[in-house]
Amino acid sequence: MLSASWVDRIFKVITLLAASAVVALLFAIIIKLYTQSSFSIDKFGFSFITSTDWNPVTGEYGALPFIFGTVVSSFIAILIAVPISVGVAIFLTEIAPRWLSTPIGFLVELLAAIPSVIYGLWGIFIFVPFVRNYIQMPLHDVLGWMPLFSGPPLGIGMLAAGLILAIMIIPIITAISKDIISSVPILQREGALALGATKWETIKYAVLPYAKTGILGGIILGLGRAIGETMAVTMVIGNRAEISSSIFAPAHSMAAVIANEFTEATEDVYLSAIIEIGLLLFLVTFVLNGLARFFIWSVARGPRGGIRQ
Amino acid sequence: MTKIIKTEKVQAWYGTEKALNGISLDINKNKVTAIIGPSGCGKSTFIRCLNRMHEVIPGAKVTGKVLVNDVDIYSAQVDPVDIRRKIGMVFQKPNPFPTMSIFNNVASGLKLNGITDKKFVAESVEKSLKMAALWDEVKTRLHHSGMSLSGGQQQRLCIARALAVEPDILLMDEPASALDPISTLRIEELLQELKKEYTIVIVTHNMQQAARISDYTAFLLNGDLIEYDLTESMFTKPNDKRTEDYITGRFG
Amino acid sequence: MNNLQAQYNKHMIRRKATNYIMLTMMVLCAVIALIPLISILTHIGASGIKGLNLGFITNLPSPVGETGGGMGNGLVGTLILVTIASVIGIPLGVLTAIYLSEYQQIGIFPSVVRFVADSLLGIPSIVVGIFAYVVIVIPMKSFSAFAGGAALGIMLIPIIIRGTEGMLRMVPDSYREAGLALGMRKWRVIVSIVLPTAIRGIVTTIMLGIARISGETAPLLLTAFGNHYWSTRIDQPIAALPLQIFNYAISPFEEWHNQAWSGSLLLILLVLIISIVSRVATRQQKFK
Ligand SMILES: Nc1ncnc2c1ncn2[C@@H]1O[C@H](COP(=O)(O)OP(=O)(O)OP(=O)(O)O)[C@@H](O)[C@H]1O
Ligand SMILES: [Mg+2]
Repeated sequence: MLSASWVDRIFKVITLLAASAVVALLFAIIIKLYTQSSFSIDKFGFSFITSTDWNPVTGEYGALPFIFGTVVSSFIAILIAVPISVGVAIFLTEIAPRWLSTPIGFLVELLAAIPSVIYGLWGIFIFVPFVRNYIQMPLHDVLGWMPLFSGPPLGIGMLAAGLILAIMIIPIITAISKDIISSVPILQREGALALGATKWETIKYAVLPYAKTGILGGIILGLGRAIGETMAVTMVIGNRAEISSSIFAPAHSMAAVIANEFTEATEDVYLSAIIEIGLLLFLVTFVLNGLARFFIWSVARGPRGGIRQ
Repeated sequence: MTKIIKTEKVQAWYGTEKALNGISLDINKNKVTAIIGPSGCGKSTFIRCLNRMHEVIPGAKVTGKVLVNDVDIYSAQVDPVDIRRKIGMVFQKPNPFPTMSIFNNVASGLKLNGITDKKFVAESVEKSLKMAALWDEVKTRLHHSGMSLSGGQQQRLCIARALAVEPDILLMDEPASALDPISTLRIEELLQELKKEYTIVIVTHNMQQAARISDYTAFLLNGDLIEYDLTESMFTKPNDKRTEDYITGRFG
Repeated sequence: MNNLQAQYNKHMIRRKATNYIMLTMMVLCAVIALIPLISILTHIGASGIKGLNLGFITNLPSPVGETGGGMGNGLVGTLILVTIASVIGIPLGVLTAIYLSEYQQIGIFPSVVRFVADSLLGIPSIVVGIFAYVVIVIPMKSFSAFAGGAALGIMLIPIIIRGTEGMLRMVPDSYREAGLALGMRKWRVIVSIVLPTAIRGIVTTIMLGIARISGETAPLLLTAFGNHYWSTRIDQPIAALPLQIFNYAISPFEEWHNQAWSGSLLLILLVLIISIVSRVATRQQKFK
């Protein structure tokens, strides 16, 4: 029986090694991203994120246009996706009867399963023309005097990227919000109903305040996804490294520039600059994910100092 | 004696499971009516039928008539929202809104109903908290979270919340079940005070409590109303053998 | 009726109107959220079905102007990439999950492992591509199927860890105790009791993970790179379905656009069938 106890120990060590390897993997990613971008970090320092000049010919690398594009397109996405996702989550948990909420919830989940390159393809041929004809043109005609909506309605550009990102993150925010909302104790709802609240008032005064931290977690998770999304964005954003005041104008994003220029980057400093963008993306999404999990987890424990019901 | 609530053959279901088998019972205005009976006999279900809270549970159903001030609250024209704000309810477990302050918890019903006059709301909150015997304990920290209170205080907060909207009727589902004896005593004292202005229907497990606080008592068993009488008569000379068994502690 | 109650009535109409308007908006939100899904599926179905035939899944891509091209190499490439990813990701993921569920549920190190898994889950896929490029493509001095498979494998690991851990935890402790009480060693309990009990759930998790990575494109741009020809060598660049869809979609040729739609139909069938089948399978399991 001596051998049997050895088997036990070996088995445990193997699983421990696997777990350690996973931890090591994350460290390796951080270290590799950092060492590979150190050339660019040393050379450009802080100006890397404040300079708008991205020019492989002159060897100047400033990432601001990409950061701008990522921030603005993600912001548009959040602006559109949050109310819709929370609305869908409320619909699924509070309004729809079960026979309806199960299949609709399933379909919304399917949205998350569609590969992003397919969103991109659909974006180029179906969604972008739609955006141009039915969103940009009317906006241009009415509000064209505002810098935000100025310039030719090309379809391709910041707005299209933001909208397609919104579609892609709706299932993520919906899924989390739905779980959080259905974890709000029934007693909370009944407390409001018994005071004479309408259904909407019950949602507004009893359900949403209770769930808001967790929903915020879902929103941040969606934001992280939007920031890192590559294919759909690069296919509809126009890939032009310019900062424009108009959301109709073509733009670029951090993930898109990596996808577009990585394999063309023959010089060391060029490659290093692109990897530094990757490092920035990594850091931002890393922090956002940590934050999101913290919020979702804190709701799972109930509101501050609260008794669990 | 005015009958403020009249129920006629109220039956209630949870899905296919029947919880009430036709309860007909009239409740007198400005009196305390206690509903007693063993666990699972349908006490909560019955009082939730009186303000249309039963239907909030998915799959739940009610038949029969409930007349409040001679209006059938289950008729098609009646909106449950209108009913519930005229009939306050306090639940078995305290359920203050955790994200609101003590003040806002009490004010929530008023604000909900569109009362915005700040001075009026502040006065009303103070009055309700005083009635609920909580004012002295919280007056210095009205803007703390409602969750910072003890269980007994939370329950009195919920009573204050229900009182603030000035309902005609107050339904209480074992409001003292989670409380210590001192908090329970305060709530019992409070009920004596409240019945001058309100009609109170209270569910209780505790027979001594029913005897102490109520004017009338209804005894339910397995979804049936067994006996309904003046509390005094019921506890001294019950008409039904089952009532006698129950109040003398011989079963349940 | 008292004074205050009378005051409430003034606001009732507005409140009820708000209620109906808001509830209608929620229904509208659900409709809006489903429109893109319907649009995507119908367009892929309609535009993709024309070109999707046997030749499409057996032929090589043809130059512009010639008909009869397909994405056979892309399909095979994707299968090879997913296989490599599975070889890397499944053992690592399942073993880590066993560690977390069977050996060390609480404590600092397990928390760190879970935190790392969640963080890996959130890393943008393009960043994983950079990592695989740096550690595999640069030393090998070539884009390769192996680098692509490794990148996808890294993405697979956290999905499998979190899913499998959940499935293992659903196995009641009494099963483990029954085994231990019979004098089984812990590894035996895990291998012959815990894993077989949870196997359906674990397979589902793996299938969902595979569905998720098989549509990934961004990391492959920097690793597998793509290939116009048949290649099954893992040390050479390899074609992949999503890469071909991307390249055809951004090309200027109508014909290639049609191919991109057909490729998308193929890819989405692959992905949706895997994820729907595995989701339905878990639903049934929960009922038991
Ligand atoms: N949400 C529900 N779903 C299904 N059945 C229920 C539900 N609530 C109560 N019941 C059933 O209805 C019957 C009456 O329950 P009710 O809660 O009214 O009893 P009760 O007299 O208030 O008991 P207790 O003193 O324990 O609170 C019981 O048989 C119970 O099992
Ligand atoms: Mg009860």
